[in-house]
Amino acid sequence: MNIVVLIKLVPDLVEELTIDSGGAGLDLTFARWIINEFDDHALEQGILLKERHGGTVTVVAPDLEGADDVLFTAAAKDADRLIKVKGDFTMANNHALARAFSAIIKDLQADLILTGVQAHNDLDGSAGPLLAECLQLPYVGYVSGVAVNDGKSTIRKEYPGGLLAEMEVALPTVLGIQAAEQPPRYVAVSKVRQAMKTSSIEELDASDLNPDGAAEIGRMFQPEAAAHAEMIEGSPEEVSAKLVGLFKELGVL
Amino acid sequence: MSQDIYVVIEHLRGQVADISYTMLAGARELSPAAGGKVVAVLLGHNAKDLAKDFAADQVLYLDHAALAEFTSDAYQLALADLIGKDQPRAILFGNTSIGADVASVLSMRLGLPLVNSCRSFTSNAKFISQICGGKIMAEGELPSPTALVTMVPGGYSPDQGRSVDSPPIAESAVPALEALRVTLSKYIEPESADVDISKEPLLIAVGRGIQNQDNIELADALAQAIGGVVCASRPVIDQGWLSTSRLVGKSGKQVKPKVYFAMGISGAPEHVEAITQSGTIIAVNTDPKAPIFDIAKYGVQMDLFELVEVLTGQLKAKV
Ligand SMILES: Cc1cc2nc3c(=O)[nH]c(=O)nc-3n(C[C@H](O)[C@H](O)[C@H](O)COP(=O)(O)OP(=O)(O)OC[C@H]3O[C@@H](n4cnc5c(N)ncnc54)[C@H](O)[C@@H]3O)c2cc1C
Ligand SMILES: Nc1ncnc2c1ncn2[C@@H]1O[C@H](COP(=O)(O)O)[C@@H](O)[C@H]1O
Repeated sequence: MNIVVLIKLVPDLVEELTIDSGGAGLDLTFARWIINEFDDHALEQGILLKERHGGTVTVVAPDLEGADDVLFTAAAKDADRLIKVKGDFTMANNHALARAFSAIIKDLQADLILTGVQAHNDLDGSAGPLLAECLQLPYVGYVSGVAVNDGKSTIRKEYPGGLLAEMEVALPTVLGIQAAEQPPRYVAVSKVRQAMKTSSIEELDASDLNPDGAAEIGRMFQPEAAAHAEMIEGSPEEVSAKLVGLFKELGVL
Repeated sequence: MSQDIYVVIEHLRGQVADISYTMLAGARELSPAAGGKVVAVLLGHNAKDLAKDFAADQVLYLDHAALAEFTSDAYQLALADLIGKDQPRAILFGNTSIGADVASVLSMRLGLPLVNSCRSFTSNAKFISQICGGKIMAEGELPSPTALVTMVPGGYSPDQGRSVDSPPIAESAVPALEALRVTLSKYIEPESADVDISKEPLLIAVGRGIQNQDNIELADALAQAIGGVVCASRPVIDQGWLSTSRLVGKSGKQVKPKVYFAMGISGAPEHVEAITQSGTIIAVNTDPKAPIFDIAKYGVQMDLFELVEVLTGQLKAKV
């Protein structure tokens, strides 16, 4: 089985986000690009399926600062093929990403294409369903369990409140992974370093990055909170004493 | 072509989801500027009754056995056909397990622009979307002539989308729903839980800041000392440190305790949407800019590990 995992790199939210001088986009000059949290789950799900059914895992990532790290980390987790898609992805939206990736993925003869359910900067839709439609494949998102048999996949889709739907999806398909069946594995830095020596990254050119399908942004701004918490200050002892008083006042103690 | 605002109603096992009413409320804000009607689009099978309380000028009802329960393929086919024929001014979807399986696909299939994560509209038909974990808002003109939009909760109350008068219903033709690649086998009920966190008056919530499974004990001890119940954000549940029944948020439970005591939770929109009905939110976080402080009544900017044992000790001494 050929499993392809599509990685989208996103600016790390731990860093301060700034809006560029034009006022309608993020200033990404100093952004730290990291793997989208849910893509990490998609990779884990891909590796788990390979362990269960055999086959290969191919990881595809856009050429952004940090892509090599992400790809070698995937290799250390036992991904087989690493592909970096060259092009200026800094400002590329998901429509562009999906079109560029679909051209490359077409040639990979994938049975299963896994990607994170969404990313925090999906202003024009999510990469998974956009890609699925470019490839004319079915799509199901919010997936937290995948089994494969007889040329079909059986997936578990999440609804609010812990309700799951079991669905049959014809292969090949694109799935938006919300959570892998187990937490993404941790790999030691030494294993990643080793992967840097033993595996190689293939570089493929993106066809043009056509962004059509998104709305134009007039301005971006940081939300002004309607209110801010009243901060309780002091040493841990002082804060605790105030909290105990508060719990009493609120009638829960 | 019309200036109508279509709202794709979400329902699951005979229950209309709150986001549907939120979207109807959004459509009501948008429709005067657009100059069209608010049209609720209901896909289902023998499901007409669901439309009774929609605050819409009209309901378009698409009835087909393959639409009895949601599957992406059937919804995509039916809606692609409808949108292609009617070309309304905008079509609103939930940014949910249902809407997100459909909206992006239709954007590519129909070549229509998509606005994701819209929270509200302005009176002059601009969208305001919430991205980057709620840290950035993006505003723009609703693209013309037909825009697809996915909506998140928070901008409108579902009650604004409910009405006591039933709207007129018109049946709309359903295209052939054949060669479906996605089929529903069954629903799997949530695992039965020892407690129902949606009914508890005092919740001790932990997030990724709790760091590891062993530290859950600290929250347990605090909960025991004060007589509360422990719950968590998604990363904690995904790590398997607590059972799914303790998940608070978009994919978990909505809660409304008297007091929600949150430690090491940033306040991402998917978490926050489920705790706004709480009486009082108290948050402990090392990051003074954590969005949770914008919705909490009281905040403590402190390492939770410096606080939690001291607080537990004081509570034990009191009780
Ligand atoms: C479709 C979908 C559905 C989702 N559903 C849910 C859901 O139902 N529920 C949910 O919670 N999330 C949900 N999420 C995930 C959500 O987007 C966030 O990723 C998640 O809520 C973040 O959890 P967190 O606040 O615990 O972690 P983080 O965002 O990583 O925040 C951790 C916080 O802990 C603080 N911290 C760290 N160390 C300490 C310390 N020692 N003391 C005090 N503070 C500390 C940090 O400053 C930070 O603010 C969903 C996401 C998607 C895409
Ligand atoms: N038929 C299935 N379809 C999808 N996921 C499954 C299926 N069976 C098991 N899983 C996943 O595998 C994990 C273990 O499931 P179980 O074997 O039922 O305990 C769960 O997290 C499920 O999400």
